[in-house]
Amino acid sequence: MRGANQVPLPLAGGVRGGASRVSPTARASHALPRPLPRAGGEVLAALLLCISPAFAQPVTPPARYANVQLADPAKEASARALMETLRCLVCQGQSIADSDADMAADMRALVRERIERGEKPASIRDWLIARYGDYVTYDPPLSGLTWPLWLAPILLLGSGGWIARSSFRRRTR
Amino acid sequence: MIAEAGLAALWFAGALAALQLVMAAIGIARDRDDVAAAVRPVAIVQGLLAVLAMALLIELFLDSDMSVKLVVENSHSAKPWLYKFAGAWGNHEGSMLLWVTILGLAGGAVAIFERSLPERTLTATLGAQATIALGFYAFLLFSSNPFARLNPAAADGLGLNPLLQDPGLAFHPPTLYTGYVGLSVAFSFAVGALVTRDVGPAFAKAMRPWVLIAWIFLTLGITAGSYWAYYELGWGGWWFWDPVENASLMPWLAATALLHSVTVLATRDGLRAWTIMLAVVAFSMSMIGTFLVRSGILTSVHAFAVDPERGAFILALLAIYIGGALALFAARIGTVRAGTTFDPVSREGGLVTNNLLLSVILGIVLIGTLYPIVAASFGVQLSVGPPFFNKAAGPIALLLVAVMAVGPLLRWRRDDAKAVLRRVMLPIGATLVAAIALLFVWPGVLPWAGLSLAAGLAVASVAPLWKRNLKRTPLFTYGMVIAHLGIAVSLAGMASDSAFTKETLVAVRAGEPARVGPYMVKLDGISPVIGENWSALEARLTATRGGSENILRPQLRFFANPPTSTNESAILTVLDGQLYTVLGQPDGQGRWQLRLWWKPFVTLIWFGGVLIALGGMLSLLGRVLRERRAATRAEWT
Repeated sequence: MRGANQVPLPLAGGVRGGASRVSPTARASHALPRPLPRAGGEVLAALLLCISPAFAQPVTPPARYANVQLADPAKEASARALMETLRCLVCQGQSIADSDADMAADMRALVRERIERGEKPASIRDWLIARYGDYVTYDPPLSGLTWPLWLAPILLLGSGGWIARSSFRRRTR
Repeated sequence: MIAEAGLAALWFAGALAALQLVMAAIGIARDRDDVAAAVRPVAIVQGLLAVLAMALLIELFLDSDMSVKLVVENSHSAKPWLYKFAGAWGNHEGSMLLWVTILGLAGGAVAIFERSLPERTLTATLGAQATIALGFYAFLLFSSNPFARLNPAAADGLGLNPLLQDPGLAFHPPTLYTGYVGLSVAFSFAVGALVTRDVGPAFAKAMRPWVLIAWIFLTLGITAGSYWAYYELGWGGWWFWDPVENASLMPWLAATALLHSVTVLATRDGLRAWTIMLAVVAFSMSMIGTFLVRSGILTSVHAFAVDPERGAFILALLAIYIGGALALFAARIGTVRAGTTFDPVSREGGLVTNNLLLSVILGIVLIGTLYPIVAASFGVQLSVGPPFFNKAAGPIALLLVAVMAVGPLLRWRRDDAKAVLRRVMLPIGATLVAAIALLFVWPGVLPWAGLSLAAGLAVASVAPLWKRNLKRTPLFTYGMVIAHLGIAVSLAGMASDSAFTKETLVAVRAGEPARVGPYMVKLDGISPVIGENWSALEARLTATRGGSENILRPQLRFFANPPTSTNESAILTVLDGQLYTVLGQPDGQGRWQLRLWWKPFVTLIWFGGVLIALGGMLSLLGRVLRERRAATRAEWT
């Protein structure tokens, strides 16, 4: 069922090469059991020494804009708005705006860089859809398959109103 | 021995559910009152046995009995006491056992406390409850046995997902499940009334408290779940339109609609067929939710321990129960007399509009949640998320808020449009003032409309108390006022959070400050901390605003069993909002990533949720007291 397994993971034309690592951090509930060094020591300093290497040396440092905002607040706002509608492809249903996964970080960097260059959010979205398919956006584009979805609210409201009408008495004066 | 005793209790409970069903059927079909009379005690014992099974499972988790497969797979001896206890339902089998336990308890409670329903209808209701229970006992015993042994026993367990190791686990699932499963009572009442052709105001009055109880728990469960996700997931979001969230929202929407339509049926004998239909729909949504969550057919942030094969079993149960209830509905609805009709401009008219809009929102959420499955069957991978739900359901929800403001100010049966307009002048004024004031800080279309309507609704919701003798106003009127006020408060929080949140993402060295909203946040340093079953790197942040200084300590926490790390956010709550801080990764050159948010009035979201539930409680208390007084009066005259 999950599209995550079928899409190519590296952002081919994107920020940096190399397959995304699925980090064992936070929200991925199927966190891969990459063993962390055991924290057994009582001495705090030893503990710090023991656990810090795993975090102090990421395999590749995250791209520049992964966790850094754009200087222009208007541009950052439009980047943020776009990020909230993009799906993190390796996560359990999170947007790239709120995921710890490396791939989400890469995609955030990509979005911010392109916005910074002056590209329109819609064209970035289209570019991502062309690359990863409709699965990447939480805002399903209108198509032969999705028009019933987008029409549903109006159809429901119309048919519901028509049914509700029967419970009203005609006003007689 | 404990595991075997638990399994035996489960088998006995299942057998009693079968007995309960057979006796109820004989009692009704053959008119045997002596057989029907035994249904109540059987339902009570069945409920007690289910509770016993659950208690024994908890005992196994507390003992860390590593010869039990479920304990090995989901627990660890070094886990804190609370998470051993609550960990009993932090997995598939345990959570389904909790589900069935609450189902049994609900049936037992109906058997003990329900006195106003005619005996025949009650027997049919308990028969329907037994039918549901039977299916889920079968599910547990044949495909999800929580008491299965592991031979040889393991040395220790694999541990519980650290995201679940939070006090929220002790509170949230039982509350939400009580709400989900409480709706089974409404479902059984509807089936019972259809079987005995007893749909009317008396039936509605008997059903209402049970619907209210389920609804209160659902409200609390969703509110608690939202806050838990908010502080635990570490990104400051409180609602993601995730399938699992939608699975809890759908029964709530249906229950809210039911709560209002049952009032029309009880007070004005209208909406008979519709109320029955809603009772069926509400519990169907609970079951669909259970199916979505347990099967893992849709990926979700909140889905823990999913199993696709077992999903098929739940799907089959779902088809049997919903299909069966709908067939009964179709067969019997012809015999349900049409209820009273009424004027469009009347309290009933307002409540019908409420039901219409709630049902449309429910439909949108249902279709949006299931659409990816439909698309997948056409070979297309789709995601339907916040942009769709906000665009499709947002405007209708705001319309509903407007109707909610007017509804309680309408008179029953018939009202005069001009008089109504005079009554709503003040709320409309409040809406306009807010709308114009907000133009100066333009927050975006939906938040603007949300905040303005929240102001109007806040005024309108207390208007029913205007010029009334407050001492003689019934308790359930206060309940309605507080619940509606809660919606206004919650809506204001949602709109304020989405419009005015300030975000700062920085990488800082110790001693470097960063600004977010009205706060200056300085990283004092990072130090290691050891907890009961985790170790952590903890940042010490000093947050300064004006003259006041606060210390926050967000953590990067590492769990060994299973090996995982989590961000533990640190949140400073003040009157006008929350400062939300998260410690991210180091960059290897002495800088640490910090995620900081200033969220004005975000707490109103959950405060509003609690108000809504409180309104429900007052309403419940008011109704029960009134019924009891009426009953005592009847005895004396």
